[in-house]
Amino acid sequence: MPVRVDFWGIPLYWRPDLIVYSLMFIAAFILLFRFYQQGSLWWRIGRSEGRWNKLHLRFGRLITYAIVQTRVLSQRYPGVMHIGLAWSFFAFFLGTALATIDSHFIKFLEGNPYLIYKFALDIFTVFFLFGAVLAGYRRFIQKPSRLTLQSRFTISLVLITVIVLAGLTVESLRLAIDRPVWALWSPAGWLLAQAWITTGASEQVLTNWHTGLWGFHLLIVAIAVGTLPIGTLWHTLTGPLNTFFSKVDRPLGQLKPVAQNAKNEPIYVKELQDLTWKQLLDGDACTECGRCQDVCPAHAAGTPLSPKQFILSIRQALHRDGPIVVRSNSGAENERPPQLVGSEITQSVLWSCTTCGACVQECPVLIEHVDSIVDMRRHLVIEGEMDGMLQDALANLGRYGNSFGQSDRMRAKWTQPIQPKIKDARKETVEYCWFVGDYASYSASLTEITQKTASVFQKIGLDYGILYESERNAGNDVRRVGEEGLFEMLAEKNLAVLSKSAFQTIITTDPHSYNTIKNEYTGNGTHPILHYSELLDQLITSGKVKFTKKLGYKVTYHDPCYLGRYNGVFDAPRRVIAATGCELLEMPRNRAHSYCCGAGGGRIWMEEGTVKERPSETRIHEAVKLDGVQVFVVACPKDITMYRDAVKTTGQENRIVVKDLIELVDEAL
Amino acid sequence: MNIIVPVKLVPDLVEELTIDSNGNALDTAWLRLIINEFDDHAIEQAILLKERTGALVTVLSTNVEGVDDLLFTAAAKGADRLIKLNGDIEGGVNNHALARSIATLIRDLKPDLILTGVQAHNDLDGSVGPLLAEYLGMPYIGYISGVNVTGDKAILRKEYPGGLIGEIQVTLPALLGIQAAEQPPRYVAISKVRQMMKTMSIEELDLATLDASGGPIVSRMFQPEASDRATMLPENADEAASQLIDLFKDLGVL
Amino acid sequence: MNQDIFVTIEHLRGIVSEISYIMLAAAQDLAKNSGGKVVAILLGHNAQGLADTMRADQVIYADHPLLAEFNPDAYQKILTNIIDDQKPRAAIFGHTSIGMDLVGGISSRLSLPLIGSVRNISAGNKVISQICGGKIMAECDLPDTTTLITLVPGGYKPELGQSTQSPPITAIPIQLPDSLRMILKQYIEPESGDVDISKEPLLISVGRGIQNQDNISLAEELAQVLGGVVCASRPVVDQGWLPTSRLVGKSGSTVKPKLYLAIGISGAPEHVEAITSSDVIIAINTDPAAPIFNIAKYGTTADLFDLVPALTERLKQIKG
Repeated sequence: MPVRVDFWGIPLYWRPDLIVYSLMFIAAFILLFRFYQQGSLWWRIGRSEGRWNKLHLRFGRLITYAIVQTRVLSQRYPGVMHIGLAWSFFAFFLGTALATIDSHFIKFLEGNPYLIYKFALDIFTVFFLFGAVLAGYRRFIQKPSRLTLQSRFTISLVLITVIVLAGLTVESLRLAIDRPVWALWSPAGWLLAQAWITTGASEQVLTNWHTGLWGFHLLIVAIAVGTLPIGTLWHTLTGPLNTFFSKVDRPLGQLKPVAQNAKNEPIYVKELQDLTWKQLLDGDACTECGRCQDVCPAHAAGTPLSPKQFILSIRQALHRDGPIVVRSNSGAENERPPQLVGSEITQSVLWSCTTCGACVQECPVLIEHVDSIVDMRRHLVIEGEMDGMLQDALANLGRYGNSFGQSDRMRAKWTQPIQPKIKDARKETVEYCWFVGDYASYSASLTEITQKTASVFQKIGLDYGILYESERNAGNDVRRVGEEGLFEMLAEKNLAVLSKSAFQTIITTDPHSYNTIKNEYTGNGTHPILHYSELLDQLITSGKVKFTKKLGYKVTYHDPCYLGRYNGVFDAPRRVIAATGCELLEMPRNRAHSYCCGAGGGRIWMEEGTVKERPSETRIHEAVKLDGVQVFVVACPKDITMYRDAVKTTGQENRIVVKDLIELVDEAL
Repeated sequence: MNIIVPVKLVPDLVEELTIDSNGNALDTAWLRLIINEFDDHAIEQAILLKERTGALVTVLSTNVEGVDDLLFTAAAKGADRLIKLNGDIEGGVNNHALARSIATLIRDLKPDLILTGVQAHNDLDGSVGPLLAEYLGMPYIGYISGVNVTGDKAILRKEYPGGLIGEIQVTLPALLGIQAAEQPPRYVAISKVRQMMKTMSIEELDLATLDASGGPIVSRMFQPEASDRATMLPENADEAASQLIDLFKDLGVL
Repeated sequence: MNQDIFVTIEHLRGIVSEISYIMLAAAQDLAKNSGGKVVAILLGHNAQGLADTMRADQVIYADHPLLAEFNPDAYQKILTNIIDDQKPRAAIFGHTSIGMDLVGGISSRLSLPLIGSVRNISAGNKVISQICGGKIMAECDLPDTTTLITLVPGGYKPELGQSTQSPPITAIPIQLPDSLRMILKQYIEPESGDVDISKEPLLISVGRGIQNQDNISLAEELAQVLGGVVCASRPVVDQGWLPTSRLVGKSGSTVKPKLYLAIGISGAPEHVEAITSSDVIIAINTDPAAPIFNIAKYGTTADLFDLVPALTERLKQIKG
């Protein structure tokens, strides 16, 4: 009868139970001690932050991202590789737990349950070894640049592989000695057992080997457990913790306001202890996988920013300076650690970010890069440490409510040739209040599209108005630059005029304005907002808008960061494109994986610096690879500016043309 | 060291300027006021000197629309004392009147150094600096783009045409007309300005009765004739480029 | 008060500045109205020769070692005495780093009216001043007492203030205190550039509209293919994007090219005064209300970022 035997093959008078439990107890103790040593830095140094609410959501995150590991699986090779390693260890852990229960509480690992148990564990062993081979190949042959190719990772891989191999070998030796009839239920072990059987070694020799390897396996496991916090396997604890504590209260498109201390003074992040414990945990949770770096447009353009290095800088500062900070807080040390912002993390790193959110989207352990970058930018803004162009843009935004330095009275100049005059939403009740946005209003090269948008709205019989000179920059990018005070001032002004006007819904042609009005204008609860593509989609679906022509162009659509990735609007624009009778060819990086044009996060207001290739140029190269594509469709005014430029600078004028979605709609009406 | 910076608010040239119905003054209805660019540089230079030598900086201005924001912004940059001057300034006040009436106030503040913009674009009776200096009995040097103070002497960089710089030593107290600070005026975050509004207060002083004698009387104000305007080429870049090429050929440049 | 028009001559390191001749030309106009003489006031040390090319009825000359180079304190003391003594109809000063250091103090000290930024003299004893960045003109009557005037360039050609006949010189004795409140320690030359833009016939000039340092390469490429030289207005040089040797303006160089291409330049008076001697000015600026279009011969509101590369491309094709 198949049954699990406690400590098979180990002489009972050795008291293997005592050896195992005391050794594991010591190892666990060392683990916990080291965990406290390293992990306590988070809450002893970092500021407090409430992340214990909505526990059911948090446990859900833990299961989705730390156990099932959906983000890791988003890429096939490393995904399969990692679940091979990780799920197998979950299985082994579970197996050990079940064995302990079987040992001391309920004996159930006998008969069929036992056979299934053995079979499952063997399958996972094979799965693990498959993953280990993939990992070895990746680390030593493929060598992708996004990984950190250092020996400490190899040591971890070798350690866990040795554990599994040792376990397999121990099992195979037992099978070679015992040769039970159900041996095939441990197929891998039984296969390896053949090797030992073939050697013709005696039962005594095999038993000695078994005992030795059993001890070796135990020792290696204890070492692995005890050294977990100091090697690269630390992420097995910090990663899941990070997913558990990830933000549940704020949508992606909402930044948190500037923190305040007990005296209600604002806190700007310049030193390690200005970060919250969660931001410090972010540093320790990083697995150095580099996926964030791979999707970062700033990094690809050759700027100093790498989201991976940014997070690792926080970790480095934490490990190196953390103990100093703790000591100096308790009054013991005289030395002050170097400031984080300005030395470990430089200005140019922080200013290079476009806040596109691709890094946050990709991270398997849910690190929140953008939040920390904006926090540090807030400090730079207070210190006035930014380039002249950005200073001018902010000064203009503060004075004139737009970054162009033109009078706020000129905001509606583009409406002059339009007959009949567009309704003034401040004075008349309208159904839709169109929040036009800075670029559409002031940029000379975009006036034509803005006027076309108005004519489309008129043709489809929309009851809409605009806010004329009372509109101000919505503040999305002002906030992401870190000028929180200016954001508040702009939002106050916009909210004041919005609350005095009578309308049902806000519509906008600018995804940046869309994001901030939707997610960050607190007190805006009563005003729903739609992007114009969502509105058109609704009107087309309900039959209120009908197209008279089928355009038949082959087009590709670029999902704007703040419409798509940040707010999940992917399908509405696509349905509108389909309704105009165009054929949509998707770029490889589409929907939530769309590749940023490089203008966001205030970058369009800053000096460019040296770039290898602009993100917008890279994107055009990606688009023209699509066979037969004629039109590059965008739904954001900054995208028009960036991509029309890029088409020129990459010499693709004869190959592809950039059009706003509204231009297709206008043509098809 | 005590540094005083008198600043003026002047019409913002970004907005359209119109002449009033009398035809001899600017229409104030649509006028927006902004800090005189050179006075902004004067504040910056004063703050730089404070950062280098630990001076006390006082900024003062007349009570017109926008003066509070101007003063609190200066405070956010580092100004220590803010003074607003009340008086009969409704119809506008020329530099002679201004200089005469603030001279007594400034004398009481016992300045070691006075920095003010070398000119303002709406000056019609010279700039306020030299007038003020004479009423105070102080030496005046203008077109300054660099100041270094040691003890009671200041070494100044005075700009001449052609990029030539004259290094001049002056004994304090002195009044300087700033052309440019040693670095462009710094940006200061709105939240810092708002913080100043909560923590700092603006002192108010009264101006003596204003005596505008010495300034001209404007009989007529107008915008320059459009007849001298350039011949405009097309706005389209390609068309403009080809017409420019033709022009170059005609000029013998090509 | 007599009906003479006084002009305070400005000179630096042995060269009479152009504004002095412009002032003399304006003085001729004023003297026609008043019926008096044009009197040039020259202060210096062994500097009589500078009066040779001046068009004036008389030159009052004061010599003193302390006047060898411009010293605001010394000049102001002497001029105050002369004006108080002579009481002319008007005394003209340059709206410059020299004139503006003097005229305010004299106005206060002697309680004389002062009219600034004057560009033209007009009929009926009026002067026309240019203010608000060149956007507004103000016409004022000349008061019935000795009036101080500061003159900006643009209203008169310097040639009208020059003459081949040297005017008669009257030397006057002066008293100066042993120590003045300010001393010139040294001159600092501008960084000698590889080019002297005041001698170049073809200038491509960039202003604030160029937006950042990287974009200046657009102008440089155009200059290269056209055979010209790149220069700039003040905002560009203040940011450090081009050296001071390339500065065109009041504090920089005055230029007289055959062709002056103003790219992204608004046309502030301090810049414009240095380019009025150009044969042809062509301006590129997206703001149709930019003052530069008032003095340019040709202009376009095309976006420089479209136009300049397009121009360079075509020129490259033509030149092969």
